Amino acid sequence: MKHSVVSLTINGAERQMLVAPGSTLIDVLRESQGLTGTRRGCEQGACGTCTVLVDGKTAMSCMLPVETIEGAHVETIEGLTPPQGLHPIQEAFLQGFATQCGFCTSGMIMVAAALLAKNPNPSREDVVRAISGNICRCTGYEAIIDAILDAAVRIRSAAHAEAA
Amino acid sequence: MSSEIAFPSPQHRRHGSSAGQPLTRRDGVLKVTGRATYAADNHPEGMLYAVTAVSSIARGRVTALDVEAAKAHPGVVEVLTPANRPPLSHDPDDKIPPFGFRVEVLQDDTVRYVNQPIALVIAETLEAATEGAALLNPQYEVESARTGLENGERFDTPAVGVGAPSRTAYGDIDAGLAAAVRVTEADYVTPPQYHNAMEPHAVVAQWDGDRVTLDMPNQALALSCAAYAAYFGIPAGNVLIRSPFLGGGFGSKAILNGPQILAILAARMLDRPVKLALTRAQMYGPVGHRGQTWQKLRLGTDGEGRLTALHHHVLAATSSFDEFMEPAANASLPLYASPAILAEHDGLRLDTGTPGPMRAPGEASGSAVLEVAMDEAAIACGMDPLEFRLANYAETEPGTGKPFSSKSLRECYAEGAKRFGWSGRPLEPRRMRDENGFLVGWGMGTAVFHCPHFPAEARATLRADGTALVETAGADMGQGAWTALAQIAAEALGLDPDQVELHSGISSLPDGGIAGGSGHTASAGLALHNAGVDAIARLAELATADPASPLFGAGNIGVEARSGRLHRRDDEGRSESYSEILARAGQAEVVGTAKAARDPAVAEAHALFSHGAVFAEVKVDPDLGQVRVTRLVGAFAAGRIINPRLVRSQYFGGMIWGISFALQEEAVTDRRTGRIMNADLAEYHVPVNADVPSLDAILIPEDDPYVNPLGVKGVGEIGITGTVGAIANAVWHATGVRVRHFPIRLEDLLVNQRDVTSAFGN
Ligand code: FES
Ligand code: FES
Repeated sequence: MKHSVVSLTINGAERQMLVAPGSTLIDVLRESQGLTGTRRGCEQGACGTCTVLVDGKTAMSCMLPVETIEGAHVETIEGLTPPQGLHPIQEAFLQGFATQCGFCTSGMIMVAAALLAKNPNPSREDVVRAISGNICRCTGYEAIIDAILDAAVRIRSAAHAEAA
Repeated sequence: MSSEIAFPSPQHRRHGSSAGQPLTRRDGVLKVTGRATYAADNHPEGMLYAVTAVSSIARGRVTALDVEAAKAHPGVVEVLTPANRPPLSHDPDDKIPPFGFRVEVLQDDTVRYVNQPIALVIAETLEAATEGAALLNPQYEVESARTGLENGERFDTPAVGVGAPSRTAYGDIDAGLAAAVRVTEADYVTPPQYHNAMEPHAVVAQWDGDRVTLDMPNQALALSCAAYAAYFGIPAGNVLIRSPFLGGGFGSKAILNGPQILAILAARMLDRPVKLALTRAQMYGPVGHRGQTWQKLRLGTDGEGRLTALHHHVLAATSSFDEFMEPAANASLPLYASPAILAEHDGLRLDTGTPGPMRAPGEASGSAVLEVAMDEAAIACGMDPLEFRLANYAETEPGTGKPFSSKSLRECYAEGAKRFGWSGRPLEPRRMRDENGFLVGWGMGTAVFHCPHFPAEARATLRADGTALVETAGADMGQGAWTALAQIAAEALGLDPDQVELHSGISSLPDGGIAGGSGHTASAGLALHNAGVDAIARLAELATADPASPLFGAGNIGVEARSGRLHRRDDEGRSESYSEILARAGQAEVVGTAKAARDPAVAEAHALFSHGAVFAEVKVDPDLGQVRVTRLVGAFAAGRIINPRLVRSQYFGGMIWGISFALQEEAVTDRRTGRIMNADLAEYHVPVNADVPSLDAILIPEDDPYVNPLGVKGVGEIGITGTVGAIANAVWHATGVRVRHFPIRLEDLLVNQRDVTSAFGN
């Protein structure tokens, strides 16, 4: 079985890598790129803990052979985190006690990022639908939904302040 | 200690102290940025990957493994099988007390359950190890699997759970039943359930001579060090476990398991670091589960609806080779007043992995059934379920007559019922519909959980800059221990929580006890509190003996620690900061240490429990039988609350587990093969957000002067108890169908709907 060379832009940096056939994006991120903020929960596309953005859309990185996304832009929780301080979604999760064990948190935040990029003013229903593929065994979701709605407000008011 | 140190009483401390205030989580930033490192995130230089090959049969023998094929795969370094597995210093079939389990570490070729490790493949990459394991192509000699009542082996057991008695009798149960006006009797079944913490069990093991460092999620650091030391023939001090974050535990990360021991062994054998992370499917076997139960309840009641007898019999499943069983019947011991109570268990051996403690072990499955039986008895007596429970309220512990250290269950009932709007509930089922024609039902259940206390130690260091470092080897599985423990320490030290650094989650620190049994905050918290008190006492000794200090000579009058200063108790104006005291004494720091355990006299004299009441509303589609929980209100009293936000999160988490127990979770076994047919997260149902209703958790204030000097009880598990029964009872109230197994499925309601529709006339 031959390895192949794949190029990806990961968190803004271009990367070329030699990958074994069938290697999944999560393997590459965690094992060879050292981006361990993306969590492995089930490797079956059932839990959403491994969610990253691929060309701006959410993707379960455990289900994605890297050969199939040659040239794509991948964003992980490490890329979402600003060099200083926190992203408004992260702020909202922190203030809203939306993490307990934290294992689902990266995936939840990436889903929220994709949702708010597309829909800056989501309804509760929209949020519920967006995270319906993500399992949290600890919190019971309510705090997470509230945090995402709060993040939307934070982002809108920041944009507003900038425009003014 | 020469000077008398005064610490404000707990009541007093509530004002103006940090405890009781919601703070953000200390670990929050690391978690929201993805920088929190879970075990599998470690990647030491030269690391190899290990993957277990697991059995696909439930009972028999492995007769052949194609080790050659696996070894020939590029990147595969070694294959461990019973034929070449290096020796261990401890017999894996010999249990290490107090919480030891028998484990499978390739000691022979027998297979005792599906997903048992039968080989370990170690390779340079994860893919190579996975592929190597797949190439082993095991051959088996298969024996028929014992999977249920019809073929499991029954046995008498002296103990259930962790050393709990399997039979407890108060009064004369036969006399109680004979004296009853009515006897309500029924059989119930609860399914096998799996913890399914979101983080799979993992370990990264690195040896340095006869010392080993283990990165692993772990709920019981000191006990685990001792157990690993026994397996590897080294002193416990040579085992270092680092467990800064756990991606959930729920009991499954408190106990050693075979795959982790094998990975550590492989690291020693190959003299390279080794990482092993279980796949989701591999978590259905070697890392414990909640065992299945078959329960029978007999409730005798008199003409006023008071219990004359409460008989709870449980047949609890366990594995063929070990003994952990759900102590489910014991849930009937502490709750309702009855002149006669009999709680008893028998065992049933099946070809499964050994069950273990899973969030509220015994209490969850026992209370689920007891609360349904209480509902059935209330109906038989023509009473409102809440009124019935109040008629059977235990003022003292049933059987023993001991006073409760505190019990605010009446307040929980009252507040919960008020918030829910319980009054006006029709007694008969099928009387309420919503605007869409869905059947609406209301049910309730009582919640109860005991208050264990584990011995723990801690250290508190006051530093020259006026800040403090406090240390104890505790575990934060997500419950917020890092935050709550720091608050407790800060209070003892008279500092703001921001001035207190907490080190925990690593076994080299003073033993923080076990993060289990909802006892961690009380256990590790008390050790930290005492260490803080000790540090302040030492500091006071320096000040009061120093003629240059404004506190000089305060010895007999005493001083008080507040806001980073010691104050003379008789003269508020005379005080000195910690930094000044240390500077003048020429000391960089002062260190306090403490051990804390429960005074046995406390448990001798008192019954120690948290209580609660849960009220549920469900809506049922009359045509499809689909059930939705639409409202859940829990009111809980658990002593003093250190951090209300964290505590509410724990209650919510527990209540969600209750929904899950009532309506979703079940591992389904293929009767022919003993295989679990839904060993994943897609078919093994846990709630996603669409399943979760609006939740309300009420924190009932409660002062407990006895349970421990902090007045803290546990909150992590009680939320499940009460909730399961409340939902099942609400389903009955909506539909008139009494389902006596969990989870309740829509087909249970569909099939039975027709009969009740005619019975209840709508
Ligand atoms: S790990 Fe990818 S969906 Fe669960
Ligand atoms: S916080 Fe633990 S899984 Fe979501």
